[in-house]
Amino acid sequence: MLKDQDRIFTNLYGMHDRSLAGAKKRGHWDGTAGFIQQGRGWLVDQVKASGLRGRGGAGFPTGLKWSFMPKESDGRPSYLVINADESEPGTCKDREIMRHDPHTLIEGALIASFAMGAHACYIYLRGEYIREREALQAAIDECYDAGLLGKNAAKSGWDFDLYLHHGAGAYICGEETALLESLEGKKGMPRMKPPFPAGAGLYGCPTTVNNVESIAVVPTILRRGPEWFTSFGRPNNAGTKLFGISGHVVNPCVVEESMSIPLRELLDRHCGGVRGGWKNIKAVIPGGSSVPLLNADQCGDAIMDFDWLREQKSGLGTAAVIVMDQSTDVIKAIWRLSAFYKHESCGQCTPCREGTGWMMRVMDRLVRGEAEVEEIDMLLDVTKQVEGHTICALGDAAAWPIQGLVRHFREEIEDRIKAQKTGRMGAMAAE
Amino acid sequence: MLRRLHKEQPSHFAFTPANQTWAEAQISKYPEGRQASAIIPLFWRAHEQEGWLTRPAIEYVCDMLDMPFIRGLEVATFYFMFKLEPRGTIANIQICGTTSCMICGAEDLVAVCKELIAEKPHTVSADGKFSWEEVECLGACSNAPMAQIGKDYYEDLTADSLRDLIARFSKGEVPVPGPQNGRYAAEPLGGLTSLKEYEAGRKPYNASAQAAVDIGDTVKRIDGAEVPILTPWLGKSSADQPAEVTDKPMTEAQEAASDKAANTDAVKKARPPQADEKPVVAVKPEGLTAARDGKADDLKLIKGIGPKLETLCNSLGFYHFDQIANWTAEQVAWVDENLEGFKGRVTRDTWVAQAKILAKGGETEFSRRADKGSDG
Repeated sequence: MLKDQDRIFTNLYGMHDRSLAGAKKRGHWDGTAGFIQQGRGWLVDQVKASGLRGRGGAGFPTGLKWSFMPKESDGRPSYLVINADESEPGTCKDREIMRHDPHTLIEGALIASFAMGAHACYIYLRGEYIREREALQAAIDECYDAGLLGKNAAKSGWDFDLYLHHGAGAYICGEETALLESLEGKKGMPRMKPPFPAGAGLYGCPTTVNNVESIAVVPTILRRGPEWFTSFGRPNNAGTKLFGISGHVVNPCVVEESMSIPLRELLDRHCGGVRGGWKNIKAVIPGGSSVPLLNADQCGDAIMDFDWLREQKSGLGTAAVIVMDQSTDVIKAIWRLSAFYKHESCGQCTPCREGTGWMMRVMDRLVRGEAEVEEIDMLLDVTKQVEGHTICALGDAAAWPIQGLVRHFREEIEDRIKAQKTGRMGAMAAE
Repeated sequence: MLRRLHKEQPSHFAFTPANQTWAEAQISKYPEGRQASAIIPLFWRAHEQEGWLTRPAIEYVCDMLDMPFIRGLEVATFYFMFKLEPRGTIANIQICGTTSCMICGAEDLVAVCKELIAEKPHTVSADGKFSWEEVECLGACSNAPMAQIGKDYYEDLTADSLRDLIARFSKGEVPVPGPQNGRYAAEPLGGLTSLKEYEAGRKPYNASAQAAVDIGDTVKRIDGAEVPILTPWLGKSSADQPAEVTDKPMTEAQEAASDKAANTDAVKKARPPQADEKPVVAVKPEGLTAARDGKADDLKLIKGIGPKLETLCNSLGFYHFDQIANWTAEQVAWVDENLEGFKGRVTRDTWVAQAKILAKGGETEFSRRADKGSDG
């Protein structure tokens, strides 16, 4: 089990002093200038060595991403943009960082910006997080007063400004290029890549977009060394991770644990186990709405990291664990996600704009059982036609949960259709 | 979802003075010429001031940011947090209905809203106090099911606790937001499983609920005085580089004026276009009290002047092309400074040169197009 002294977010629940003084007491803002004086190359190497993979869902190595930024400016400024548009259903981890441990993020923003030659950083916060915005802004103001931001930030010799910006309730703005569009004051419609943001991002300037958690863990990694970070988790899945557990567990919570923790251990230790006991588990969505679910058999062996879950045709995503027990109508649960994606499709690409609607309507009938058995394959076919045929990954994200559902719960869907047709209760529903 | 502007719109919108200051400070977060970036925060401010986003508000913000109205309309209709029709006077209750909340009982909450407020979402209740809607994931999944009421998250709800909340709101009370089942934040309800040594001496509420209690603006419409915006990023350059912050060369008189201001007002200093000190050399051109023969020229034929700017020009006494054509450099400077919300436009869009052609009865490329447009 992860010990408290190995936890990065020591004020996750906001019970300790939330001010700058409190953050310093917990060890933050210690030796920041020293790291910066080691130079850009050293910082990027340290982050690469730590094996940190992006915490926003895709799991791209953070150090590698930073190294794409131009070493010499061609006259354009560079920008760091922090993606705090936390809206993947099931995900509620960055909120806790921003309202309760904001100084991890602010210190990380300074270090990361220096490592990519950026004098300015924008944090794009989701619009609904109004109090979180106030808390984070208060922390930023505190840092300016203390000389940790602004000219010669934290006496490092680097001039750095940190701006808080917010959106207005569009899931798609969590996609990095849509986020940049939105930050430029437009509709949040994703851009074609290339050019990648590192070449032409915000205002056409080199930009790196990172998740809140990816940035917030960096100062502690530097303080304790990359070896410390890699000592947690299996190879290629290093570090500690915030898990947000929701659904049918006794005590849902957000908690920091080491990567590669077995799912069962995670739920038993921190959440009081599955409601009604482990045997009562029916399915788990291990990484937020976009990843296919795991069935009860898989849950028993599940290891919470990028690679294991990918092998199971699922994913770690944002480590937002949604637990469903036997009482859950799993078809309806996935239908609700289809409704979500239909609502949030930006409408730019036809396969997604139309496909999300089709998928939702077919799912709607599957929930009620008013469909033909052949329509299950037809639905799968639609998901395949949406997947990979859109500018951004929202189309894929809408397709995968349905593919997961059909893969694991096909019998239940068929059973419901038959029950509806014959008017008799299906065998599975009778259990 | 089809989103259109509401049929009935108020005639007018203006930010309160405090919100205006807030908005101008917000714009300063973005690089010169990128003020369009501020559109979402400014729309949201207007939304918070009015309770919903009105057409005049969209126009007002677009003018402020020097954007075409259609771009503002695109943004207003794209983002779901902007409500385009009036809501309940006390609160619009937003129930999170996505999977985590759904499997934890969000449907029961929706049923309560249907029973107590209105059968259909987006509808104002009979007493006018409330409206409700089901929204997509609000990002508090470990505290499911939950609802956003006003600015705040009410978490760990049950049908009964929501019923109770609505009753208390209805009586004019403002219940403390945050978890409603005794939890502090997102820790396990059954007791801490980690970070036990950081528990002692905690404040009464978690950061979100504490802010709500301290500021007290929960379901109120705001006038901008609640949480002032600080602009430390502007203050930083005033002390050591007084002249570098402007983008256009200063006259001696401006320099003298701004040096004086530097000691007293760092924010104004760093944003000369918004500062209200006037250059001494500027001379007000003589205006007319009304158009000659009651027939004003169509100033919109000058590229850069729209309906709003035309009204503004008229109010300053300028009705005719020849008036503008005869402005001297000093007079241009005065008008540039005094076009509230459009400062610097005269020079930027070369009004004088255009007006000279139009005053002689000639046409510019723009006026030809503008004419065609109005014919069709």
